[in-house]
Amino acid sequence: MNLSLSITKNIHDWLFNMMPETLASLVEMTLIALIYLTIFAVIGLFLVLLERKVAAWFQLRIGPNRVGYHGILQTMADALKLVSKELTGTVNADKFLYNLAPYFVIITALMALAVLPFSLEFQAFDINIGIFFLIAISSIGVIGILLAGWSSNNKFALIGAMRSGVQTISYELSVGLSLLTMILITGTLQLSEIVEVQRNGWLIVQGHIPAVFAFMIYMISGTAETNRAPFDLVEAESELGAGFHTEYSGMKFAYFFLAEFVNMFIIASIATTIFFGAWLSPFGITESLPWLGVFWFLGKTLILMFLMMWFRWTFPRLRIDQLLTLEWKYLLPLNLMNIVLMALIVWLNLTIQF
Amino acid sequence: MEQIIFYLLALIMIVMAIASVSSRKMLRSVVYLLFGLIGVAGVYFLIDYNFLAAVQLTVYAGGIVVLIIFSVLLVHHMEMEMETAKKSKQILTGLSCLIGLGVFLTIMYSHEFTVVENTLTTTTAEIGMGLLSYDAGGFILPFEVISVLLLASMIGAIVIAKGVKLENEGKETVGNPQTRIENSQETEDEN
Repeated sequence: MNLSLSITKNIHDWLFNMMPETLASLVEMTLIALIYLTIFAVIGLFLVLLERKVAAWFQLRIGPNRVGYHGILQTMADALKLVSKELTGTVNADKFLYNLAPYFVIITALMALAVLPFSLEFQAFDINIGIFFLIAISSIGVIGILLAGWSSNNKFALIGAMRSGVQTISYELSVGLSLLTMILITGTLQLSEIVEVQRNGWLIVQGHIPAVFAFMIYMISGTAETNRAPFDLVEAESELGAGFHTEYSGMKFAYFFLAEFVNMFIIASIATTIFFGAWLSPFGITESLPWLGVFWFLGKTLILMFLMMWFRWTFPRLRIDQLLTLEWKYLLPLNLMNIVLMALIVWLNLTIQF
Repeated sequence: MEQIIFYLLALIMIVMAIASVSSRKMLRSVVYLLFGLIGVAGVYFLIDYNFLAAVQLTVYAGGIVVLIIFSVLLVHHMEMEMETAKKSKQILTGLSCLIGLGVFLTIMYSHEFTVVENTLTTTTAEIGMGLLSYDAGGFILPFEVISVLLLASMIGAIVIAKGVKLENEGKETVGNPQTRIENSQETEDEN
């Protein structure tokens, strides 16, 4: 097993000089797990705050502004409140599955985080099938939602879960195919190599027309996969209460809630990695300072996440048949044609390289 | 380290496999099956065969288990429990399992396994070339056969799902005006 734990060489070498190999690798794994858990929590809390602020901005309100400077600590307070809340459950629920379901959602989100290249050295698991691994992991997350809906023993939750299953299975296809379109240019699935390819121009520039199509399809289906509006049939408040997590309270509810926002971050950062050059700066202006990559990465991801929030507060919710029509009758054929177009462009060497 | 992880994974797989067939709640046994499949994926990761591991996760964990869960959600209710099989059936199943295990173990132990020192990771490019090569050791024939099989099963699924409607469309020209109207209404509903 050769986990390329390349977070920072110095800490790695220091640890292995300090103690025997087995212990050092154990300590290293624990440290990385702790770091990623922290990142998970911080991203989740920050995004909830950002979502509320953006929503307020779109609706000409002020938004949370009481706790901390301009409401910065609002979500921290919310999280504390959720931790201290009672965990309720239903009498006839399948307790084992009911308690298991949130962890499926959380763990898949965490595993996906590990693959993302935040910067040149800040990547926990640089696997040679990076993108495929991401797609595989995201296909497991839906099991958590299905189990949550069923084991709650609640009709609304079950309907929400069924909708979620249909939606995720259909839109997974589009996510996979639109990423596959870009793989035609890169010729590799490894995320660090995909970033290296983009030193000659970001992929959205290299692949021009089909790349833009692929990006649009990816953003639409990515929004659908995270179950966000306008595709939030899973938890449509006006129809289903809160959908699959109706019966969850306290911290277990928070797990679902955080995982949803972290999934949004993951979708946006995959888009950043594949289309916008991950941690590479525009025109290589900060090439001499590789550690600035984190800021470029987070900056691009923030812009894309703002785009997704913009969707959410602009478009009305789709009906379930409209949702499926959009995927199977429009996005999928368009995607397949797009792949052929991209293959032609790569074959005829029509890509734009700097 | 690797040995510890291997034995952990093996333990998980065996326990989950047994739990999956012995649990009397349908969805729970599906979840145990899922853990067993994830354990297999873990073993693939352990031997550095990342591609197969990801395929295992996508196809089995993400595809088949989700489909099974779907069908369980449609037909099963929370309070239902599966009935236990008859004693004779249990004994018969146990015996056949033991015979299977015996055959498996004798084959395993009669074969000399060589330990490979430095495992090389198979890249996606190699797998792709292997699938499309028609030299000796190439996999083009099985690849094509499997694609034809998948196409046939897709067509079969469509025919089963829309069988009655397809038949009606064939009869449309001979039918009386009444059925023609019904048929056109049906096609409208589809759209």
